[in-house]
Amino acid sequence: MNAGSDGTLSGWGRVPVAGREVRSEDLEALTRDAVLCRGLGRSYGDSSLPPPGHPVVAATPLADRILAFDAATRTLRAEAGLSLRAINRSFLPRGFYSPVTPGTQMITLGGMVAADVHGKNHHRDGCFGAHVTRLRMRVADGRIVECSPDRESELFRATVGGMGLTGHILEVECRLVRVPSPWLLTETERIHDIDRFIEGLKEAGPRWPHTMGWIDCLSRGALMGRGILMKGRWAEPHEAPRGVPVPRRRPSVPFVLPGWVVNRWSVRAFNAVYYRRHVPRVRRAVVHPESFFYPLDAIGHWNRMYGPRGFTQYQCVLPESAGRGAARRFLELLTHRGGASMLCVIKDCGPEGIGLLSFPKPGISIALDIPIHDETQSLVDALNELVIAEGGRVYLAKDQLTRAAHFRAMEPRLAAWTGIRRKWDPEGRLRSAQSVRLLGDHP
Amino acid sequence: MKVGFLGATRGMGRSLSRLMAARGDDVFLLGRDLADLERSARDLEARSGKGPVGAAPCDLERPGGFAAALDAAEARLGGLDAVVVTAGDFARQDELEQDVERARRLLEVDFTNTVVFCEHARKRLLARGGGTLVVFSSVAGERGRKPVILYGAAKAGLSRYLEGLDHKFRAQGLRTVCVKPGFVKTSMTDGLRPPPFAGDPDVVARVVLRAIDRGQPVVYAPPIWRSVMLVIRLLPRFVMRRIGF
Repeated sequence: MNAGSDGTLSGWGRVPVAGREVRSEDLEALTRDAVLCRGLGRSYGDSSLPPPGHPVVAATPLADRILAFDAATRTLRAEAGLSLRAINRSFLPRGFYSPVTPGTQMITLGGMVAADVHGKNHHRDGCFGAHVTRLRMRVADGRIVECSPDRESELFRATVGGMGLTGHILEVECRLVRVPSPWLLTETERIHDIDRFIEGLKEAGPRWPHTMGWIDCLSRGALMGRGILMKGRWAEPHEAPRGVPVPRRRPSVPFVLPGWVVNRWSVRAFNAVYYRRHVPRVRRAVVHPESFFYPLDAIGHWNRMYGPRGFTQYQCVLPESAGRGAARRFLELLTHRGGASMLCVIKDCGPEGIGLLSFPKPGISIALDIPIHDETQSLVDALNELVIAEGGRVYLAKDQLTRAAHFRAMEPRLAAWTGIRRKWDPEGRLRSAQSVRLLGDHP
Repeated sequence: MKVGFLGATRGMGRSLSRLMAARGDDVFLLGRDLADLERSARDLEARSGKGPVGAAPCDLERPGGFAAALDAAEARLGGLDAVVVTAGDFARQDELEQDVERARRLLEVDFTNTVVFCEHARKRLLARGGGTLVVFSSVAGERGRKPVILYGAAKAGLSRYLEGLDHKFRAQGLRTVCVKPGFVKTSMTDGLRPPPFAGDPDVVARVVLRAIDRGQPVVYAPPIWRSVMLVIRLLPRFVMRRIGF
C-alpha cells in the first residue's frame, strides 16, 4: 500500500517521505533491529512512516496467522499483521465479529492496538483496547515481553494507543463478540442542523449500539451541520435474510485524479445531492455489515481522489465540558476558512479507555478530509487552536500537520506516557516520522 | 481432497493452503521448521473451523527424509489425493554468481531434490490409481534471462520434468499441474524491485486452485504472465542481450 517503487512511503493521505518496507512472515526476526512497524498503511498521516535517520519500516501484513480461537470464551490470538478483514470474513459466518471496528477493515490487529481504534459503538463499547486481553511484544532492548491489563500493565496501557512507539507488537489476544445474525439492521435519518444532530446522537445512543453521522460541512447559517444520522444494530435471526452476506468485488480509482476535481463547488454539489436524495426522512434497512461499517472500502484507492498533493484527515474530539456549542463553533471556523471536505463524520464518544494516549474522551468527535494545498497548514493550526481552547485533542492516527507545541497543549497525559516509554526504551530507539515531529524524538 | 503440502507456511503456499482448508480439503503440512508448521496448522484450523491439521518435518535439503514425511501424511490423512510443492530456494543472481557453493545448493534444492520429492509423491499417487501433483515452478524457467540465470535454469529443468510426467502418466490417472508464477509480492521477492504486473499471493492462489480442479497441466499466475512470457519467448537473442529483463 502506498509503498512507491521510487523509495518513498506514505500514509493513506498520500504525502510521501523517503522510506521502504521490509517484509517477512517472521515478525520476530523482522523486528529485531526495527525502529517502527507498519501494517496496511491506513493511518492517514505519518504515524506509519519511518524517521528520516532510519528510513526502513518492518511491514507486518505477511505475519497474519491466527494462533488460537476459543469459541467458548470468544478469545482470538493472532499475529499482529492479521487484517481485520480476514478476521471478519473468517468469523462472521460462525457468528463472531470484532468488538470494535474502525471505518476501514484494511487494518492490521497491531495497528488496531497501536491506534487504539474506536468505531460507531464507542459510546457503548469503548475502544478496541478495552477488548484486548494480552499482547506479545518485542521491546527496545530486544527482549520479548508479554503484557496485559494485569501483567506489565504500565507497558500495556502505554502500548494501547501508543502508536507503536513503546515496542513492536508481535501477537494480539482479544475477545470477539457473538452476533445474532450476520446482517445489520440500520436506520438512517436526515437531520437539518448541527444542534439537532448532537441531540440525535445522544438520543440514539442508549437504543442503538452503532451510531454516527455524515455532515455537510459547507452548509452555513440555519442549515449548518445538516446531514444524515446513521444508526445500526445486529439484526436478530428473524429479521435477517437467510444465508451469509457475500463480500462484493470493488471498483477502484484507477489513477490519481487531478487536484482540481475535489474543490469547494464539486463538494458542495456532492453534499447537496447526497443530502437531498435521502427520502423519506427516516429509512430502515437490513444491510451487509461491510457496507455499513466500511462504505469507503467499497472503492479501492479512494485516496487517489484528492489529487497529486494528497490530503490530510483532521479528527478532533470536543469534550462535553466545552458545551453543546463547541461543534457549531468548530464548523463556523471551518466554513469561514473555506475548508472543503467531502467526508465529514461526527460521532459521540463515551468514556476514556485504558490507553494512556488513546484519542477518545466523552464529547463529540469530528473528522474531515482536507486536500493538501498551500493553506492547509494554517487551517490545521487554526483548528488546533480552537480545539485547545475547547479542551479537546486530535487523533494521532489521522494527524500529519499538528505542531509539537499544540500537541503538548492538548495532551496533559503526555508526561505520564513518556515516562513509561522511556523506562522501556531509554535510548529512544523506537520512533516514527510522527514522533520526531510531535514528540521531539531524534531524527 | 486429501492434500500433502510442502511449503504451506509462507507466501503463495500459505495462501493456497488456506483456500484449500477453507473449502474443506484435508491438508497435512510438510516443512523444515516443525514449530512454524504447528503455527500454520493452528491458523488453518482456526480459519476453516474444522478438525486438527497435522504436520511433519520435511526439508528439501535432506532427501533422505522425503519418504518418511510422505508416509506420515498418508497415514494421517488415510491416503493422498494430491501433493502440492510450493517450497523452494531463492537467491538473487548476483549473490549466486559470487558464491558457487550457494549456487550449487540452490540448484540442488530447486531441481534435483524437488524432482526426487516428486518421484516419491508420484509413486504414491499412482499406487492409489492416480491423483494430482501440483508443483510451483516459475516463469523464470521460460527463457535464459539475466536476472535469474541459475534460478531460472533449475526451474526450466523442473518444468520439463513435469511436462514429461504429464505426457507419460496422465493416461494412468496422474495429473500434473506445473504452476508458473510471475513476479509475486511475497517475502521471497522482498527487496527486489517489483515489475509491472507484480501479483498478489492470494490472487495467485485462486488461479492455481482453479487449475488444480481442472487438472490443467500448466498455469501462469497471475494469468497476465502467459502473455508476458509469450512475448519474452519470441524476442530474438540480440534483444535479450540488450534488455535487463
